[in-house]
Amino acid sequence: MNTQDEILRIEKLRIEAANGNVLVDGVDLELRRGEVLGLIGESGAGKSTIGLAAMSYARPGCRISGGRVLIDGIDVRTLGAAGRRDLRGRRIAYIAQSAAAAFNPALTLYDQVCEGPLYHGLMSKEEARAWAVELFTALDLPSPRTFGERYPHQVSGGQLQRAMAAMAMSCKPDILVLDEPTTALDVTTQIEVLALLRKLIRDYRTAALYISHDLAVVAQVAQRIMVLRHGKLVEAGEAGQILERPRMDYTQRLVAERAGAGQWAEAPPRSGARPLLTLAGIRAAYGPVEVIRGVDLEVYRGETVAVVGESGSGKSTLARVIVGLLPRKAGEIRFQSELLPAALAQRSREQLRRIQLIYQLPDVALNPRQTLLEIIGRPVAFYFGRSREEVRARVLELLRLTGLPADFIERYPPQLSGGQKQRVCIARALAAEPDLVICDEVTSALDPLVAEEILRLLRRLQEELGLAYVFITHDLGTVKRIAHRTAVMLRGELVAEGPTPQVFAPPFHPYTEKLLSSVPEMRRDWLDQVLARRGGGQALMAESG
Amino acid sequence: MRLVSSMPWSARIGLLIIVLNLGGALFAPWLAPYGEAELVGDVWAEPSAQFWLGTDSLGRDMLSRILYGARTTIGIALLITVLSFALGILGGFAAAVLGRTVDMVLSRIVDTLMAIPVLIFALLILSVLGTSIPVLIGTIAVLDSTRVFRLSRAVAMNIVVQDFVEVARLRGEGLWWIMRREVLPNAVPPLVAEFGLRFCFTFLFIAALSFLGLGIQPPYADWGGMVRDNAQAINFGGIAPLFPAAAIALLTVGVNLVVDWLLSVHARPQGAQVEF
Repeated sequence: MNTQDEILRIEKLRIEAANGNVLVDGVDLELRRGEVLGLIGESGAGKSTIGLAAMSYARPGCRISGGRVLIDGIDVRTLGAAGRRDLRGRRIAYIAQSAAAAFNPALTLYDQVCEGPLYHGLMSKEEARAWAVELFTALDLPSPRTFGERYPHQVSGGQLQRAMAAMAMSCKPDILVLDEPTTALDVTTQIEVLALLRKLIRDYRTAALYISHDLAVVAQVAQRIMVLRHGKLVEAGEAGQILERPRMDYTQRLVAERAGAGQWAEAPPRSGARPLLTLAGIRAAYGPVEVIRGVDLEVYRGETVAVVGESGSGKSTLARVIVGLLPRKAGEIRFQSELLPAALAQRSREQLRRIQLIYQLPDVALNPRQTLLEIIGRPVAFYFGRSREEVRARVLELLRLTGLPADFIERYPPQLSGGQKQRVCIARALAAEPDLVICDEVTSALDPLVAEEILRLLRRLQEELGLAYVFITHDLGTVKRIAHRTAVMLRGELVAEGPTPQVFAPPFHPYTEKLLSSVPEMRRDWLDQVLARRGGGQALMAESG
Repeated sequence: MRLVSSMPWSARIGLLIIVLNLGGALFAPWLAPYGEAELVGDVWAEPSAQFWLGTDSLGRDMLSRILYGARTTIGIALLITVLSFALGILGGFAAAVLGRTVDMVLSRIVDTLMAIPVLIFALLILSVLGTSIPVLIGTIAVLDSTRVFRLSRAVAMNIVVQDFVEVARLRGEGLWWIMRREVLPNAVPPLVAEFGLRFCFTFLFIAALSFLGLGIQPPYADWGGMVRDNAQAINFGGIAPLFPAAAIALLTVGVNLVVDWLLSVHARPQGAQVEF
């Protein structure tokens, strides 16, 4: 490769936070035309920060304090504000993780996709529209001619993510920065978006920085991979080499974690013939829309039952019905033999105590202005009426049980990391001494290695305390590792239910098979194989690349 | 003291003004050279060594009147603001936490109250019920609380949809705990800023009422009333009404400087500094 081909070069990049913390330390990177470079690491590794720095942008509170960023030989940091504005969007464009948050809800998609070319004076309004239609077509969006007339809330999450790709491509940039573009999507949608993004990059020979925490996803699109940790480079190499022969210890652990998704959890002996929780013919609706259509499920003491399905299948709604946040329309819920009232307000304090819910996003599930003592201690005081000293002692015990240091007791949630916050949520649930814990996507907002630790913690607690879990998730890797039994949910109904190995072995329900085959695997040719097998996705198939 | 040293100069000036005013109000009997209602000299005497700010329409010492006036004006304004906040926050939070029906009822009551111009409404009530200080405080507090209700309801609406409030509901917590421990701590910054602004408005509103003769009654000194009593002096080239007017203006500016600083501190994320 000669240097002519090089489109982006970052040298000795250093980024600091306002409080002096070094976020990115001495990272070098080069990107050639038409090449896709994957940036891998857990949150806080500095991946997104580097991606934004490639556009010479630093988030509020951060500062690029050293190094050079060269786009096609031009040092962007010396350009000045006007020069950088001219470059951004035109030569280097950004695709953010959450399309829903990146679009202006008050403007049509046309307005937003055509804004770049018009702002930079590259096209006339008609040309920009024609180009947008071409992009919409290339991205396989429904009725591309009129798609742009819609507003962001009128299209689905996967479509919006593709519209953002169109927005980024609107000025035909040389470089795309893709920041976790498929992370917010569920597995079946992720495949489509992934295939289309890859096709787009190949068709227009755009260079790309692909940022993700999921090695298997990056492996499908990137030729080279850089592994980052704590703002420093851990390892860089060809994608195949990183996947098959990782050199550094950290990379090996990442690969092993992803590959370890194959082991099954063993079913515990069923103690007592009577189920702990029985759902019979549950129906529930949001207004006129019926979301749960007749669900039967049993959960026994000490076992984990996973409820899987893509977003919109009604699995989170089922959790809300069980705890009483959404009163059921029909059917009955029994806890042991006791019939639970439909609505939260009618349930006794004791009934509330015995079923606890853990949320997906620990950030919003913890009151940022309460100390951990108050957060974890409140259920102890509320349900058991303990004295101040007893509460404190119990909180310390719970912190120890969930693997948190004792001096965290006076801390506030914003001072903790994502994984630590989720531990606090678990401690709070345990404080009520429940029999059943409902885990609603508890690991999906966490980095893979942190998620792994949380799962291990949950499993240990189950063994020690004999808890039953209802595990709601779209991540089949998690299911395989933790669930004794699995229920597959599709459009408000359970389409398959049974011991996990049985559900995930042939003969499958067709939907189970689709879900299973959508989980990215650690092979570079996985995406091509899946697309080839599905046949129907001919249009999505990557051309020889 | 670290707090003061981190303040910009404008906020420090504001704080100084507030401290001076509060000091004047608290220590008026010791600081004032003459009594509040004491007739000590000619009508509208020019400022002199004996009467630093001259005398008023009845020949009372202006400086003493302003110091005593600070007591009534600031004291009553503070009481009204605290009361209106207690009412408004309680109502606003309850509307947000308890859901649609309660919200509907409370909001429509507030809408009705807000539809009537505040000054006219206050004049009406005060002329019917008479202008005693408790009635004055009650009236303005209720009227003011409608504005606080609106703000605290809006702020609380964004908080009650968060998962941690749902956690509290799932635990079986009652309204009082949710309002006091889950919502309030997260609503403090905007409410504190609003408190400063409301305090100024109340304070100007009392001055306006006093000017119209329905505020604080003589012989108690209050700044708005003093402007009214001395307004005639302008006709004779006197400057007497300018002193109480300046006191009103000064305190308003002072409080606003501090509020501006509070707002800017809360509006900006920790150490934010955007690089374009």
